[in-house]
Amino acid sequence: MSTDLKTPPETEVGVGEYQYGFHDPVDKYIFTARKGIDRDIVSQISGIKNEPAWMRDFRLEALEIFFKKPLPNWGGRLTDLNFQDIHYYVRASASQEKSWEDVPEDIRRTYDRLGIPEAEKKYLAGVKAQYESEVVYGSLQEDLAKQGVIFTDTDSALRDHPELFREYFGTVIPSNDNKFAALNSAVWSGGSFIYVPKGVKIEFPLQAYFRINSENMGQFERTLIIVDEGASVHYVEGCTAPTYSSESLHSAVVEIVVKRNARCRYTTIQNWSNNVYNLVTKRAMAYGDSLMEWVDGNLGSKLTMKYPAIYLMEPGARGETLSIAFAGSGQHQDAGAKMVHCAPNTYSRIISKSISRAGGRASYRGLAKVVPGAHHCKSNVVCDALILDSASRSDTYPYIEIGENDVTIEHEASVSKISEEQMFYLMSRGLTEAEAASMIVTGFIEPLVKELPMEYAVEMNRLIELQMEGSVG
Amino acid sequence: MASVLKIDNLCVSVDEKLILKGVNLEVKQGEIHALMGPNGSGKSTLAYALMGHPKYEITDGSISIDGTNIAELEPDARARMGLFLAFQYPVTIPGVKVADFLRHAVTNVRNPVRKEGEGLIPMRDFRKELRSRMEELGIEQEFARRYLNDGFSGGEKKRMEILQLAMLRPKFAILDETDSGLDSDAVRFVSEAIARLSGPDMAIIIITHHERLLEFNKPQQTHVMLAGRVVENGDARLAHELHDQGYAGVRARHPDVAAEEEQETAAQKPAVTAAVKA
Repeated sequence: MSTDLKTPPETEVGVGEYQYGFHDPVDKYIFTARKGIDRDIVSQISGIKNEPAWMRDFRLEALEIFFKKPLPNWGGRLTDLNFQDIHYYVRASASQEKSWEDVPEDIRRTYDRLGIPEAEKKYLAGVKAQYESEVVYGSLQEDLAKQGVIFTDTDSALRDHPELFREYFGTVIPSNDNKFAALNSAVWSGGSFIYVPKGVKIEFPLQAYFRINSENMGQFERTLIIVDEGASVHYVEGCTAPTYSSESLHSAVVEIVVKRNARCRYTTIQNWSNNVYNLVTKRAMAYGDSLMEWVDGNLGSKLTMKYPAIYLMEPGARGETLSIAFAGSGQHQDAGAKMVHCAPNTYSRIISKSISRAGGRASYRGLAKVVPGAHHCKSNVVCDALILDSASRSDTYPYIEIGENDVTIEHEASVSKISEEQMFYLMSRGLTEAEAASMIVTGFIEPLVKELPMEYAVEMNRLIELQMEGSVG
Repeated sequence: MASVLKIDNLCVSVDEKLILKGVNLEVKQGEIHALMGPNGSGKSTLAYALMGHPKYEITDGSISIDGTNIAELEPDARARMGLFLAFQYPVTIPGVKVADFLRHAVTNVRNPVRKEGEGLIPMRDFRKELRSRMEELGIEQEFARRYLNDGFSGGEKKRMEILQLAMLRPKFAILDETDSGLDSDAVRFVSEAIARLSGPDMAIIIITHHERLLEFNKPQQTHVMLAGRVVENGDARLAHELHDQGYAGVRARHPDVAAEEEQETAAQKPAVTAAVKA
């Protein structure tokens, strides 16, 4: 995401409409796999990528797990999702470029419209742009590269840093974790690979931008972040897609290792179009005295099921998840967080805010778990839901598993509506009904938005305002 | 030319119950009016109905500013026409900073034809103005960064209302018991602030039970409400007399209305107070 995403001049954007629903022609694509998933497709993807045998075997093994595992019978409605009606690998351009000028024109124009190159100039330390299945553009500030920071796409990392890659890949989220992690493991392509060496603190965010362009597309990026001892990084991802009448699937796996005294913040502003299933597995392992933070904004998609997890592995590790979900018409956001206290004296906090309107459904689903022996842990969970009309719905599913007596676990939940008195008060000061409602909603999520860097906070508020347009009256 | 707010035979129902039964009042820009009356006589109902609270249904009569009927307008449109209500119970809006809210409000009120999404007044000008208003009113600058009325004390909430009044500079300001629930220092603060803000461009309708506010802001006219009607009109002396002697005299002079009041009190009407205080 970026500041100041201008309304593209080519499209007329109406009130409350999705702004990024445009798409590029697909006739110049390098390769599009046929629809459907089987061993041939998986082997084909591995072959095109020229991967070592172990990765091909890893994929094929994961495919078997994917076939065996049933669909989850909780969360959102997945039965309309037809796995055989999806292209699992689509490659739009031949290579990844270091300069925007070298990126094919259609694609470059898309990123221009999304404001990425402009944001890169202003406040980013590095950028990856993934278009369909592959990363088409990548950059990293030179001084960071000199300090040994690696910020590359995951395919290149397998090729260029095989040992580092193999040491961590699949260790945080094994293929058999869940059906969608298995699917990603079988067909993964692209994603970010980050290694921050000991003691290196990256001041500005690294950003990846994920764009789906073609219809019935499946995007399966695989991200692996290793923050070595005493290092720190802030990684940001944004996502959009064109609006189509048929469904697309986004199923990422994100693995993070935060070593002793290190710090990692991972911010997502997900704004997929309303035909995208967003089924993502994200997990971090946080070691002694480290800090892992997920900032998870879910605004788009048809159905999102995403519960970023933090495993607190050693004493002093802290985990924090700030989750914002906005469910509009036809949307179901089943989002939340998991905190697993595996060591004594570990701390976690989950703050979740959800807004539902126009028939949308927002669910908080979270887990706070303390394993036996992990004494003196503290966990604090706060979920607030705001429901804007009677057609909309909010649910809370908090799961708590405590295997130790000497712990502090707190859970608070609230559900509220915009009150007539609040509306009247603001309108009596000259704010229109829509402005007043939008201001109340913005205020509701402000405790989370203020945690975002300024540019993203502005963007978040702007997206919320867009969602809110046409919501009253 | 001075604008005129005219209330003509105004009848207002809340939850189908008739509260105001034909109120007549005329206020000119620059005037100070005291609106008095015992609890439940309809003062706050009049204030809310003037501002356009959706629960207050106008069943008859009209409210006009310079001949334009505003009774059908939304509260924001009324605000843009120069009407302001200082709330007796200001509402908390969590997460919305005072400065952000005020910048939006000031933009809309000063530019009544602004379309949604058009730019706000320049940040630099706004901040400068807000800072000097706050200084004049003796309000700490950190107020601007706090969330609107969130965790404010009673006195702070009332100061906040006065700050909004100072920034929005309405033609007609209704102060609904702005002096209630305050200690004497705070009442003095509010009284002085209003005296400083009033002038030829602003009419002030003061709803109060106390005299302090009126000492600092001497009304040209005093109106007394009883059981949903304005039963007496006078000048500052009437306000003084009511403060000294209470409403027994008024009731004695209007036995029919007093009887009606008694009947209504007996029947209780929690709906009104609940709606106002919610």
